[in-house]
Amino acid sequence: MTALLISGSGQIWWRSPGVTNKILYRGAEAEIRLSEYMGKTVVLKQRVKKAYRIKEIDHQLISYRTKEEAKLIAEARSYGVSVPLLYDVDLMKGAITMEYLAGRRVKDILNGLEGSERKKICVKIGESIARLHNHDIIHGDITTSNMISLDDRIHFIDFGLGCKNIELEAKGVDLHVLMEAFESTHSKYSSCFKDVLEGYTKQFKGDASAVVEKIEEIVRRGRYR
Amino acid sequence: MICLGIEGTAHSIGVGVIENVNGSCRVLSNLIKTYQPVKGGIHPREAANHHASYIASLISDSVRIANVDFAEVDLVSFSQGPGLGPCLRTAATAARALALTLEKPLMGVNHCVAHLEIGRGTVTGCRDPVLLYVSGANTQVIAFAEGKYRVFGETLDVGIGNCLDKFGRAIGLQFPCGPKIEELAKKGTQYLPLPYSIKGMDLAFSGLLTAAENYVTLGKRLEDVCYSLQETTFAMLTEVTERAMAHTEKQEVLLGGGVASNKRLREMVQIMARDRGAQFFVPSKDVCVDNGAMIAWLGFLMYESGVRMNLDDSFINQRFRTDMVEVTWRD
Repeated sequence: MTALLISGSGQIWWRSPGVTNKILYRGAEAEIRLSEYMGKTVVLKQRVKKAYRIKEIDHQLISYRTKEEAKLIAEARSYGVSVPLLYDVDLMKGAITMEYLAGRRVKDILNGLEGSERKKICVKIGESIARLHNHDIIHGDITTSNMISLDDRIHFIDFGLGCKNIELEAKGVDLHVLMEAFESTHSKYSSCFKDVLEGYTKQFKGDASAVVEKIEEIVRRGRYR
Repeated sequence: MICLGIEGTAHSIGVGVIENVNGSCRVLSNLIKTYQPVKGGIHPREAANHHASYIASLISDSVRIANVDFAEVDLVSFSQGPGLGPCLRTAATAARALALTLEKPLMGVNHCVAHLEIGRGTVTGCRDPVLLYVSGANTQVIAFAEGKYRVFGETLDVGIGNCLDKFGRAIGLQFPCGPKIEELAKKGTQYLPLPYSIKGMDLAFSGLLTAAENYVTLGKRLEDVCYSLQETTFAMLTEVTERAMAHTEKQEVLLGGGVASNKRLREMVQIMARDRGAQFFVPSKDVCVDNGAMIAWLGFLMYESGVRMNLDDSFINQRFRTDMVEVTWRD
């Protein structure tokens, strides 16, 4: 649920020189700061200790998620999915230093787009998810807040709930999360998810119809469906 | 305006009378009778029989305690869903009979939305919260977005209360098991790792439940298992609530449902809110659990905003989802 360098209104926060370590975005589990790394402006994602949970759970979640996230981002890039470049990972601190993507969250732009433009983005999202799933990478939190639109590309961020999983179920759940995000945040555009599935089907190497069937099964399994 | 509400979605039958005081809810009376299964979980037919045997006296008692006349009741509302069919039908039948007898309008309302609205109606300062609704059957994170109450996260299998009850039954506790598990957990000292299962803002409890039961079979201290069960499930609940708050950019969190009585869960959500600089609200216990007053209050809000219900449309809906409700009373 973190997003890079974007304020609530979706505007990019431009840093003034010398101002670093200012919290630009406070997600649910991490703080996003603008920082410097070898002379470059970078993003520092720092997972924070949560006082509400016991230290055993807190420590386990922070170090596990930091490690998994770094591994998955690196792997996703190798399969041609746009993700931020990684510069440094510190498991003890639960911190990842990565590329600064000065774009806008898809969440903030999607509702304001022309129909055809919106469709184009949704198809692209579907294609990227398929590239991840082709290699059994499960993002774990695919929402439009976790996608940055920049230079005609959709970059995926926040793999903190991700994992590797070969099961159909995991792929279905992964897409189901996005479906729910569309229903709650972009409810006026009910065709969005269909467009995502169109892109997904085009790019997915396995049996895409089986994944779609799985999503329907997950919906039915939910309460009161 | 005075409204009488009848709640009957699951184990409780409740009748409440409320009055609108400048947009706030004043509870005039709120009576609840809860069905206790002799063994096992809720038997829907037995629960409905229980409700049927108490509903008449609850209605007359609630009106008497509220110190109003039946003639002064302006609206009769009832829980239309979601819930157990036989229980819902019992409450709905009573509501229809009462409305017809009094010649007053009838209103069916969504039970989950009622949990949220009673927080806004009775807790000072609570305006636009993210609701963590935790009960036996329901575990949902609900917030107002794009004109409706939307479910941002929910359980993918069992409700948290049901998870605690199932575990409790496995170790020989009586329904409701939550309070007994809470007591045992206080004496827990060692954390036993349990699966932590979050998918986006959704949760799953069934794997964790099996793992906890396995610990008991292995002979681990019961207090430690209860402690670990609570700490893990409540950390999951608090985390998804915080995610929904970050996602919706809301600054208030509200607790609702029977499991909201758990002091440890309250404490965790309160700490989370404090650390985010957000406000934490929990309604008083009588309106936090399943109750008639919240049904009456939502009925009032709907009626005042122009919603009308014909007798022919007052069918119950066991699968009445939160996001099916047209929210006509909020901007």
